[in-house]
Amino acid sequence: MPENLTVFIPTLLDGLPNTVAATAGGIVLTIVLAFGAGLALLSQRRPVRVVSRIYVEGFRGTSEVVQLFFLYFSLPLLIGLQLVPLWAGILVLGLNHGAYGAEIVRGAVQSVPRAQYEGAIALSLTPAQRMRRVILPQAVVEMIPPFNNLFIQLLKSTALLSLITLAELTWQAQEVLVPLYNEQAFTILLTVLVMYLLLSLAITGAMRLLEWRANQMLGRRPSARSRVDALASTTGGV
Amino acid sequence: MDSRTDAPTGQARLDNAQIRFDKVVKRFGDNVVLRELDFAVQPGERVCLIGPSGSGKTTILRLLMTLERVDSGTIQVCGQCLTHMPRGGRLVPADEKHLRGVRKRIGMVFQQFNLFPNMKVLQNLTEAPVRVLGTPRAEAERKARDLLELVGLADKAGAHPSQLSGGQQQRVAIARALAMEPEVLLLDEVTSALDPELVAGVLGLLKDIATSTDITMLCVTHEMGFARDVSDRVLMFDKGVVLEQGPPQKLFNDPDHQRTKDFLRAVLHD
Amino acid sequence: MGGWDWGFALDILPALLGGLLITFVATVLGSILAYSLGLVLALLLRTGFTPLTAAVRGFVEFVRSTPLLVQLYFLFFVLPQTFGIVLGSLTVGVIGLGVHYATYTAEVYRAGIDAVPRGQWEAATALSLPRLRTWTGVILPQAIPRVLPALGNYTISMFKETPLLLTIGVLELVGAAQEEGGTAFRYVEAYAMAGLFFLLLSYPATLLLRRLERRVGLAH
Repeated sequence: MPENLTVFIPTLLDGLPNTVAATAGGIVLTIVLAFGAGLALLSQRRPVRVVSRIYVEGFRGTSEVVQLFFLYFSLPLLIGLQLVPLWAGILVLGLNHGAYGAEIVRGAVQSVPRAQYEGAIALSLTPAQRMRRVILPQAVVEMIPPFNNLFIQLLKSTALLSLITLAELTWQAQEVLVPLYNEQAFTILLTVLVMYLLLSLAITGAMRLLEWRANQMLGRRPSARSRVDALASTTGGV
Repeated sequence: MDSRTDAPTGQARLDNAQIRFDKVVKRFGDNVVLRELDFAVQPGERVCLIGPSGSGKTTILRLLMTLERVDSGTIQVCGQCLTHMPRGGRLVPADEKHLRGVRKRIGMVFQQFNLFPNMKVLQNLTEAPVRVLGTPRAEAERKARDLLELVGLADKAGAHPSQLSGGQQQRVAIARALAMEPEVLLLDEVTSALDPELVAGVLGLLKDIATSTDITMLCVTHEMGFARDVSDRVLMFDKGVVLEQGPPQKLFNDPDHQRTKDFLRAVLHD
Repeated sequence: MGGWDWGFALDILPALLGGLLITFVATVLGSILAYSLGLVLALLLRTGFTPLTAAVRGFVEFVRSTPLLVQLYFLFFVLPQTFGIVLGSLTVGVIGLGVHYATYTAEVYRAGIDAVPRGQWEAATALSLPRLRTWTGVILPQAIPRVLPALGNYTISMFKETPLLLTIGVLELVGAAQEEGGTAFRYVEAYAMAGLFFLLLSYPATLLLRRLERRVGLAH
């Protein structure tokens, strides 16, 4: 079995760049949409809130697989636009997880104590300054544990991109190796699962670092309880 | 009750003692809460423990109720050793089964009542007798209703704890403890969580129990009036040891230690 | 080839509804497995027997941090090959969903059990209630109602993840859509309708759960 690993691992790793690219691209788009839609949910203007709410509920309420298939298979037939698998994947990952992220942002901003708003108003800061300099820095610290979970969700979702022919980790395992080495499916699939686990741990490590840094800038320590609460609240497919 | 006040102190009658602490040490982390504590309680005696917080009073009750374990020393209850059991001719720390056997003779009422919210009042009272003592349900319910009568809540048998006031909940909690027919009743600051106007009701009930039964009562309390009226002996605790003890008349009116004087002055002033 | 054809949409509707039925079955069975196995895992984690809790925690973290899709493939191949257990695709799918989501529900149960006040445990000890009765009569009746909204949320999530089962040959909603779409190479109606079904079913369910959540929050 160990000899086969020397064949399997390089082949699997051929899929790693796409997994990483999809994850990174997805995370970037998720963050952009999460903040955009999340803050829009808190807007004073009703139309803005409504549009954002439609986006959030629409993407949270439908299956990610359907969103993926629609974008990759239906859209070309509808409007003649064919995206390559990687971009289609990043788009769906971002749209889907951005919707969940919007709720995280909204919740965290709303959890900043009222007193902070009032202090900022008393100092005559503009609403934009208030948000940027006072509210968001404090909210961001609260967001990190739930976003950690969300990003791991996103990483797991990159496996779906194998269904639209992206040659990432799962594709390499399921479409390349298993057909050739059917009896070794156990080893192949277990190895790729371990690879995903390692990537998950890497994401968590990076987020912990970010949390530590963010708390440093605020002058306080992170709470273990916030991490546990975040685990219990955000979910698989939230 | 009068004969008991001129009886010798607990120390002299160790052999008959219903509760006996022998050199008990209890630590929480670096904090030594009980330092080689020795004390004894006679059957039927009413003992109140007073003293500043952190002096170890509540810990004594919690050790008796097996909610905590001793770090060293032994505790005897009703002639049996609570903390250790015989095995192969030696004494080893007690296991759960042994603890359960001894514990059944002790009842406890908590500061926060701790009634089971998912059960009605009657079931709170019958649960343990049915499950632990094996009392048939009909008999348990009959006894429960008698107890509710005793505590003045006969009409609340079908109510949920959340529908009762704090004072009522505490009275149900007292009834629940009595339903197990314990020989010893532990009372842990049972009125501290109550609104002031409800305190008298609960204290009155406890006074009734003291006069009408033989049950040994060990109370941790800040209610000095209650301590004076009900107890045979008051123990003043400080920093994990018994600073002084004696009948209430002595301790409240003419304490030996300055610390006791200071404490009583501070407490009786608010 | 492009655009929307209502005729086609109506034609494929029966097949889609058939797929939806399979989706429901998978969701219900998967949820039952997830709810029960999750409770077992949560209780195992509380035994304090370190080799066991470490193994369970390791298993939970592993399953939780890796893609369900790969786990489904794994079960699909490994159960017959390595363990000689031959099961139908739907059964394998239900096991995959159930075990994966059990690792989420275990955390939910843990939070619910931890939220029961310590005084309840102490009162049960003071009354010498046997351990089993303490769990079944005092602790779980207080812990579980509190976590029902969170459990319900996971069922809705599972519902939306059932399409993964098409990869192991289960003809659920999206699998049916894929097949029907393939007959005429018309994928717009098929996937749009599948998506609409998900939305029309999960959104009201989510709203109901939010209302339940508020009521549970008020009662405590």
